[in-house]
Amino acid sequence: MLLVALGIGIVAVIASAILGPKRRGSRTKLMAYESGNDPEGGVGTGQRFPVHFYLVAMLFIVFDIETAFFYPLAVAYQKLIPFAFFEAITFVLLLLVGYVYILKKKVLEWA
Amino acid sequence: MPDWLATLLISLLKAVLVVLGLLTTFAYMTLVERRLLGRMQLRPGPNRVGPMGLLQPAADAIKSIFKEDLNVTLADKLVYTLAPIVAIGMALTAFGGLPAGPARSLFGENPWVYNLDTGILALLALTSMGVYGIFLGGWASGSKYPILGGLRSSAQMISYELGMGLSILGLLMLVGTTSFQGIVGWQAQNGVLFLFQALGFALFLISSFAETNRTPFDLPEAEQEIVAGYLTEYSAIKWALFQMAEYVNMITASAVMATLFFGGWKGPQFLNALIPGISDWPLVWLIAKIAFFLFVFIWVRATLPRLRYDQLMRFGWKLVLPLALANTVMTAAFLAFRGQGGLWFLAVLSFAALAALLVMSDRVRVLWNQPTVRREGEMSSAGGD
Repeated sequence: MLLVALGIGIVAVIASAILGPKRRGSRTKLMAYESGNDPEGGVGTGQRFPVHFYLVAMLFIVFDIETAFFYPLAVAYQKLIPFAFFEAITFVLLLLVGYVYILKKKVLEWA
Repeated sequence: MPDWLATLLISLLKAVLVVLGLLTTFAYMTLVERRLLGRMQLRPGPNRVGPMGLLQPAADAIKSIFKEDLNVTLADKLVYTLAPIVAIGMALTAFGGLPAGPARSLFGENPWVYNLDTGILALLALTSMGVYGIFLGGWASGSKYPILGGLRSSAQMISYELGMGLSILGLLMLVGTTSFQGIVGWQAQNGVLFLFQALGFALFLISSFAETNRTPFDLPEAEQEIVAGYLTEYSAIKWALFQMAEYVNMITASAVMATLFFGGWKGPQFLNALIPGISDWPLVWLIAKIAFFLFVFIWVRATLPRLRYDQLMRFGWKLVLPLALANTVMTAAFLAFRGQGGLWFLAVLSFAALAALLVMSDRVRVLWNQPTVRREGEMSSAGGD
């Protein structure tokens, strides 16, 4: 399935490369878009991006690991109750401590 | 012909069929969307190419394949070419695991391409992989608008993926399996899961809107705000592949919602009394449910304004995430201490939670409050600002 799906994409790209008109682009045509100006402050010029994205990615990793721990518990839950309930609650509470800490630190505020 | 070769060929054939089917659906979805948006805005949609505009998708496809395939000067050639392929590959693959009927119902074969016991996990993994396509596409364009769009889009997608993953935990607790067949089977016996997980479903719906970059969460592609996000520098078929990935993700999300919360390929059981066996008709029910959800996607697009980026992230992290956890804990508590109460009690609980959420939400509040100038940060949030 994966091979077929990727194959479709590759075929489409190759077909388009072959079928499309092949004119040498002038400098202006191949320039990055910037409403007619010369592009400035592009990626290579050392312009930096807000640290927020990094924080969000980091939090995502933490909470996604939490989710990963939750799946086995959820699937086996009915066999483990009521013991598993307290296990789950403890785990959630531990995470909530971290979550509240994030909230108080205003990590999730996008100024 | 040896046995394994036959199996391989058959699954290959099914994969090709599913991919072609999805691409056709995608093409016609663009038409349906434009027509429906037209109807909703009291104008006809595209109706010139072919009867009722039915050839419009073909015309669009031919146009985009004969367009010049530009490679921008600043672009990282390899990644720039690879990103749309990754995006479409992951989007298409995710659909293959969904069952469209009971085992051996497709001319003696199974109506799915691959069937995993961990179906949901595989699906979530593939949606995470889709983020790569978008972010790498934005990065490889070598310009600041695409990279900002890509960053925003990927941050949004991973945030809501969290909500998505957590909102189905309650469902998994009830069902006790992660395979789609198992979930559909459970629903055929006990009633559709939407009844017992209304809150979970609402959160899943919201998350999948954000996950597929659809309105009201489509601001990474907001044309008026940051050009066109990660798509800015793409042309011809590569651009079309990204669009395709978005629509295919939309179809997959609809199919997943239908499978997880609305009984999948099983029709409503009570209709069996009228026409025996109607709830087992292959494909019909699944397609009907997918079509319904696709309609909802378009309907919402025509109705709601988009969120601002900070509102979007706040919504995801401070509302969807805690509520998904609360839903999980609620289901867990119910299962642990249910005593004599049947599942209906959970249904009541779940709908009550959903109703409370709706009452608290901004849109409903506006109905009976005088709309005033609101300060920032007043959007309903569980954690408080």
